[in-house]
Parts: sequence; structure tokens; C-alpha cells
Amino acid sequence: MATVKNSELEQEHLVHHDHVHDHHDDHEESFVSKYIFSMDHKMISRQFLITAIIMAVIAMGMSIIFRMQLAWPGEKFGFINAMLGDKWGKDGILDPNMYLALVTIHGTIMVFFVLTGGLSGTFANLLIPYQVGARDMASGFLNMLSYWFFFVSAVIMTASLFIDDGPASAGWTIYPPLSALPEAIPGSKLGMTLWLMSMTLFVVSSLLGGINYIVTVINLRTKGMKMTRMPLTIWAFLITAILGVLSFPVLVSCVVLLICDRSLGTSFYLSDIYIGGRPLDNVGGSPVLFEHLFWFLGHPEVYIVLLPALGITSEVIATNARKPIFGYRAMIGSMLAIGFLSFIVWGHHMFLTGMNPFLGSVFVFTTLLIAIPSAVKAFNYITTIWKGNLQYTPAMLFSIGLVSSFITGGVTGIILADSTLDINVHDTYFVVAHFHIVMGLSAIFGMFAGVYHWFPKMFLRMMNKKLGYVHFWITLITAYGVFFPMHFLGLAGVPRRYYTNSNFPMFDNLVDINEIVTICAIIGALGQGIFIFNFFYSIFRGEKAPQNPWNSNTLEWTTPMANIHGNWPGPLPVVHRWAYDYSKPGKEKDFVLQTVPLEEGENDGDSH
Amino acid sequence: MNFLVLLAIVLLIIAGHQLLRVIELSRGLKKTKEWQVSETDNNMMGKAMLAFMVFFFAFFFWQVDRWMDRSLPPAASVHGEKIDALWDANIYLITFVFLVTNAFLFWFAYKYRGTKGTKAVYITHNNKLEMAWTIIPAIALAFIVIFGLKYWNEITADSTDAKKVVIELYAKQFDWTARYPGKDGKLGESEYRQISGSNSVGMDTADVFGYDDILVKNEFHIPVGREIELNMRSRDVIHSAYLPHFRVQMNCVPGMITTFKFTPTKTTAEMKKDPYVVKMMAGINAQRAKSGKEAVEFDYILLCNKICGASHYNMQMNLIVDTEADYNSWISKQKVFKSAVASKN
Repeated sequence: MATVKNSELEQEHLVHHDHVHDHHDDHEESFVSKYIFSMDHKMISRQFLITAIIMAVIAMGMSIIFRMQLAWPGEKFGFINAMLGDKWGKDGILDPNMYLALVTIHGTIMVFFVLTGGLSGTFANLLIPYQVGARDMASGFLNMLSYWFFFVSAVIMTASLFIDDGPASAGWTIYPPLSALPEAIPGSKLGMTLWLMSMTLFVVSSLLGGINYIVTVINLRTKGMKMTRMPLTIWAFLITAILGVLSFPVLVSCVVLLICDRSLGTSFYLSDIYIGGRPLDNVGGSPVLFEHLFWFLGHPEVYIVLLPALGITSEVIATNARKPIFGYRAMIGSMLAIGFLSFIVWGHHMFLTGMNPFLGSVFVFTTLLIAIPSAVKAFNYITTIWKGNLQYTPAMLFSIGLVSSFITGGVTGIILADSTLDINVHDTYFVVAHFHIVMGLSAIFGMFAGVYHWFPKMFLRMMNKKLGYVHFWITLITAYGVFFPMHFLGLAGVPRRYYTNSNFPMFDNLVDINEIVTICAIIGALGQGIFIFNFFYSIFRGEKAPQNPWNSNTLEWTTPMANIHGNWPGPLPVVHRWAYDYSKPGKEKDFVLQTVPLEEGENDGDSH
Repeated sequence: MNFLVLLAIVLLIIAGHQLLRVIELSRGLKKTKEWQVSETDNNMMGKAMLAFMVFFFAFFFWQVDRWMDRSLPPAASVHGEKIDALWDANIYLITFVFLVTNAFLFWFAYKYRGTKGTKAVYITHNNKLEMAWTIIPAIALAFIVIFGLKYWNEITADSTDAKKVVIELYAKQFDWTARYPGKDGKLGESEYRQISGSNSVGMDTADVFGYDDILVKNEFHIPVGREIELNMRSRDVIHSAYLPHFRVQMNCVPGMITTFKFTPTKTTAEMKKDPYVVKMMAGINAQRAKSGKEAVEFDYILLCNKICGASHYNMQMNLIVDTEADYNSWISKQKVFKSAVASKN
């Protein structure tokens, strides 16, 4: 009864909204309100995506520079000199401080600006109102602010690349005292200040967005859109937003204490330090406190990056396998379990920090628990493909790529979660391989899948399929070519964040491995040019998109291909079934839109 | 030269533009749209998935074949041997899971590639199957947790060995100092405000226990078969003491003392004769010869494994594992703290 009442209220509210909408049509929107300070979720989503693509190109370019240094240390490259100038790339040789700055900013941009802002910002914005059947986000204004905080934060982070002392260079985890003491490394001067400012604004953006996503999913679902009928994309965005809202503020507190230590002479993280030829007065603080606070965000952050990609993949795989997602309820349960557990595993980053070993054992246990829902998800994807009728759109290819990288990178997590085994590979390339495959590749594959799949909704045109195919195969092969060999570097004991391995004879026999990694990275990076061309070309010159190009069930494909304000010209659609009635027996077509009423005696969803 | 490059780029852009025009014009003539997935596409991509699986697994085994013997030599410590055994068990398990699940994935991706006229089978869930693949990983993980924590507790337990050798590892940007307690068996107190040019680790000069402490740089020695307790301190930023051959690693954190204990099982001389190491060093020296560097012999090494600044990549110290007798003779020749200070003054 209560639900009926709610949806009646919503209908009333929306009638009112419709009125506003009519009113709007009388005026031509100005360029500024349409393209810049837009409050429309579709425009904000495009803004996030294009910003993220620019940031991704910067971060990828950085990785090419430091990979060249790692494969051919001491070689002179005109490219490096051209990119970094005489100060950081004298004679074409990368400066060691700049090397650390590049790995730091590469990590920061990829994790936060591309895979958090870019992925959630783009697809939660695009899909939440569309797929739950809402006119827009709960607050268009906050949503607009969310993008502009993101934008300013991205500008500050990028600007920090151009300052005299160089950008922050203490690693993306910015552990103090290295990040707190300007004497320790040049990047901890102005560069670190800008990093901290940028990240604080980023968190503001993330919170404004996250609160909006949560409220919209909970309150603005259209009539009939029960929680158990929502597409898994929406479940993923909802859980992601909750994780973000609960964990990002902790990062701010962590950052504020660091700012105090840096500027106000407090000692939250500092104690017993002698640097720059003098003892510091700070006593009683502990860097371990920082690590706890940082990873309390840092670990949920991994899932903030991963869950949206998994949500997108669920949708894309089901649609293109022409088959319901296998174990819909188990998928929701797994995501909820992953979301919950992600808050109590952060200590697995800290087994060797001097944290009490008993505390370490607790984190071993919780971390290995999280492998169970993750395994369930992987099995469910594979079973969804089983006995399907797979349609190989570029989005489908990337989704299958995601499942593969999720497994390949996931299994090494079992090793690293085990504190005993972590001892010898902690902070080595084995870790670099693990998280790049399981988090980096999976999330970026999910993002590509989303772009190819929903491009027609975003830009009303189609991307080129053949270029998509070429892009996928180059990306998949080179990605494994970059990150798989890194396991073997880790087994040989190579520490991460080394400017060169050539100061240790024990690493001299690894030269060819490093060369293979770098060559694959360069080819892979060039391959992304195909995507970028396809993306921008198709925005303007792609073929016109039809109403429902992938024969999909979800609500976004019932709106006109016009990007209109309020999404649906008439009343909001009413939902009668779950999102996964693909190839349902007794139906004429192999898909049934969520708006089609149930026939008499027909079961809804996966209930018997 | 620059002009030619520019010209080439401009010509390429014009050529590309013309090509696109042709493609765009020909679009209108075709019945099917470029973006539509045809049966041929599905067939091609499905087969490509299978081909990729073969390539991927071949690449995996190729790497194992070529690079596995470049892994660290078998552990040279008592607990390290246990870690290695546990490591092997886990690696076999995850490799199996990696191969089987990827095989299923890519096989299905090939087998169920879309064809016209076929319809996917409507399957929503299967409780028995789902129960099975929840419980089986849970059991496997339970074993991993049990063995992992058993060893972890042993490794991190407080040292009870009365005959242990205590050594302090002192980290600063960008070198290590090892401090031995000397004849009295006690490390002197330290205080960071007392750090100076001649007192680099901040020994408390009023503490008599410190007078016979021995400080060494660049290279330190330990006796084989004795328990070594490392106490770690840092002067400036976080460092991490990483002794990969012994499976030892622990962060050095300013403001606190961290510890790790281990018992070395092979002297440096023994390790140099180990067949695995001999083969490995041959490979290393072959590579060094190619780049014109002199040949080297095996040495244990201490690395910094936590980002600590510009020269992080070169913060190292050699470690020699001696027989008891050699160790005693080495340590008896080292200068004690007080005489070292005196000689500098």
C-alpha cells in the first residue's frame, strides 16, 4: 500500500515537473546554461566523460615516459626532452624526482579522475535517471556543482605539473613524513599543497554527486520500479555512492590533519625526525595513523572504481548474450557483501607497517572473505554467457575482457591478502601487476564497454564498430602484455617506484622483461588513439542512432533519441517487469521492454 | 626537416579526410548499417576469442618457461622455507583457477557466438549450482586462512631465543646503518636530538651501554643458524627494510621501533655454490657482459622498499652470512662507538 502511495506522490510531483518543462520550452536555453553550467544529467554526464578522457590521456602519457625510463635507463630520448623540457628531462633523460612525480600523478589521476570521477560521474549521471525512470537527478543544482568541483580539482591537479618544484611526488598514497616535509623531496613543497587542495575539492565533488545518486535511486524511481526490478547498473551505482559517501570524508580528515602538520606545526603524523640538518620539534605523532585513515578510504575506493564497471558489464553482457543475467539476486547480494566487507579490510595494505600482527590476522580473514562474493560474480558472468546467443558489439568484447581481467587479477589477490605470503612481495611489482589487472584493467574495460554501449544515448549517433573491434584487440593484448610480465618482476623481488633497477646486479637479468612491458605499453597507448578518433569523429559524423540499437529492455531506450529536458515527453513510463527478460519463452522477440505489462500467469524476474 | 614533417602531417590529414568522405558517401548505398553486428562479425569475433585464449595461455606458459628461473632463489631462512612451501601451494591453486575459469569464459565466448535463428536459453538462476560455487571457494579459502595465519603467528611471535643476535637497522635518506650491541649485549639508548655529524644514529652519549656498540655501513655480517632480531628505526621518512632472499620485510617508521626476526640457513659462501644461484648468476653475468659491465658474484642484499625520495632506488646495503667463527672474527675487528667518536674528534 505504501509503495502505491509513494508512486502516486511521485506522479503528482512529476506532473508539476512537466509543467516546469513546458515552461522551459518557451525559451531557447542560452549557450552557458546548456553547455557549461548545465543542470541536465545528460549534459553533466558528457562533461564528466570528456574531462575524464582528457585526464586519461595525460596520465597515460606519463606512464609512457616512466616506462621508457624503466626499460632503457640512461638512454636519451628527444620525446622525453620535448615533453618535460630541460629542467626535468635534460638531454632526454628523465630526472629521478620527476620520475617519482610522474608515478604519483599517474596513479592519482587514474584512480580518482578517470576511474572514480570519470566512471561514476559519467555513467551514474547518465543512467540513474534514465534507468529508474526519473526526469533528472534529485538536485540538478548539486549535480552541476559536483561536476564543477571535479573540473576545478582536475585543473588544480594538472596545474601542479607546471610549477617550479614539480608536482607531488610521494606516491599516490602520499604517506607522511615524506609528503609532510618539504626537505624530504621537492614535490612536498607547493606540489603537495596543490595535491591536497585538489583532492579536497575532489571529495566535495564526489559527495555532492554521491548524495544525489543515492537520493535519486531511493526516491525517484518510477511507478513499478521496485528495488528488485532495478537493472544491476543502478544497484552498482547505488552501492558505490554509499561507499563514497561513507569513506571519502575520512580522506578529508586524513588530509586536513596532514595540512595541519605541514603548515601549523602540529604533530599528528610526525615524531622524532631529524631532517635538513636539524631535529624537528614534532613529537608523539605516528605515520601509521595516516595509513589507517588513508586506507579507510583507500580500500573502499578500489570498489568505488570496480563496482560501476561490474554493473555496466552485467547490463552489457545480459543484453548481448540475449539472456537474463544469471543469479540476479546473488549478484545484488554479492555487491552488498563486497560493499560491506570493503570497509573492514583496509589493514591488508599495512601488514608490514609495524601495525600489531594480531590486527593483521583479522584483516587477513576479512580480506579473504571478500574473495567469495567476488568469485560468485565471476561465475555468474560466465554462466550468463553459457547457452547465450552472443552479439559481438565492441561493448560486449570489452565486457568479456573485464571478466577475464577480473579473474586474472583477482586470483593474485588471494596471495596478497595472506599476510604470510605478502611479506616477500609487498610493494614489489607483483602488487603492481595485481592491482593494475584487477582494478585498472577491469574498470577501464567496463568504462569502454559503457561508452560503446551508451554512446547512442549520449550523442545520438553510433560509434564505428570496426574501429571498436581493432581498439579492443589491441587493448586486450597489450594490456596483458604490460601487466602479466610484472608478476615475474615481483617474483624476482623488484621493488615498485624504483627509478631504475640498474643499481642492483641481481636485477640485471630482467632487462628484457622490462622492455617487453614498455613496448606493449607504447603500442597500447597508440591504440587508444583509435578510440579517441572514433569517439570524437562519431560525435559529429557517426551514423544516426535508431531508437533501441541493441534491442535492450531498460527504460533509457524508451526515451526519444533527442536528449530532451525531462527525458520523456509525455508521462513517465510505468515498469511492469525486471530488466532481464531476454529470450523469454513464448515471446515473439528476444527482448521485452520493462514497460510491457506481464501477461496473465507470467512470472516476473527470477522468481518461480 | 620540421617543415617536411608538418607537410606530411597535413597531407595525411587531407588523405584521411578524403577517405572518410568516401566511406560516408558509400554508407547511404548499403542496406545494413556499419554498426550493426552481422553473423559474420559474431563468427569472426567468437573465433578470435578462442584464438586469444590459445595465445593467452601460450603467452602464460612461455613466460613461466623463460622467466620462472629468474625468481628469487629458494629461501635462505627457516621461516622463509615455510613461506615458500605455502607460496607454492597457493600459486598452484590460483593458477588452476586462473586457467580453468578463463578457459570456460573464452570457450563459451566462442561456442555461443551468435547465429541467426538461434535463441538463447532462458535461465535465470540455479540454487544448487550457486550454492556449490559459494561453498567450494569458501572451503578453499578457509584452508588458506588457517595455514597463512598459523605461519604468520609463528613469524611475528616475540623472540624467546636467549642466544639471539640483536641488530638495529637504522634508515635515513638514503643509506642504512647496522648497530650491534657489543660485548655487553645491550644496545645503548638513542635520542634523535643528539644526532650530529659524528653521531649519525643519535646515540645517547650519556648511556654507558652504548659505548661498546658497533656501527657499520655499506655491509653487515650475521652468523648462520642463529636467530637474528632486527630492530628497525628511521630518522626521517618511512623506509622499508627488505631482505628478499630471507623473505624478510618490515617498514622503518620514524618515532617507533619495528622488529622482525629470522634465522639464516645458508652462508653467503654456501649460497654462491647453490645450483639455482649458480645458474641465475650465469644469466645475470651474461646480460652484464652484453652491456659491457664486469661480472659479479652473488651477495645477499638489503633494499629500501618504501618510497623515500629521489635516491630511493639506490638505498642498499650488502649483507654477509658467515659461519659462527667468521662472524666472531669479523665483529671483533669492528670499532666500537666510543673509539669511533674519539678518533673523529
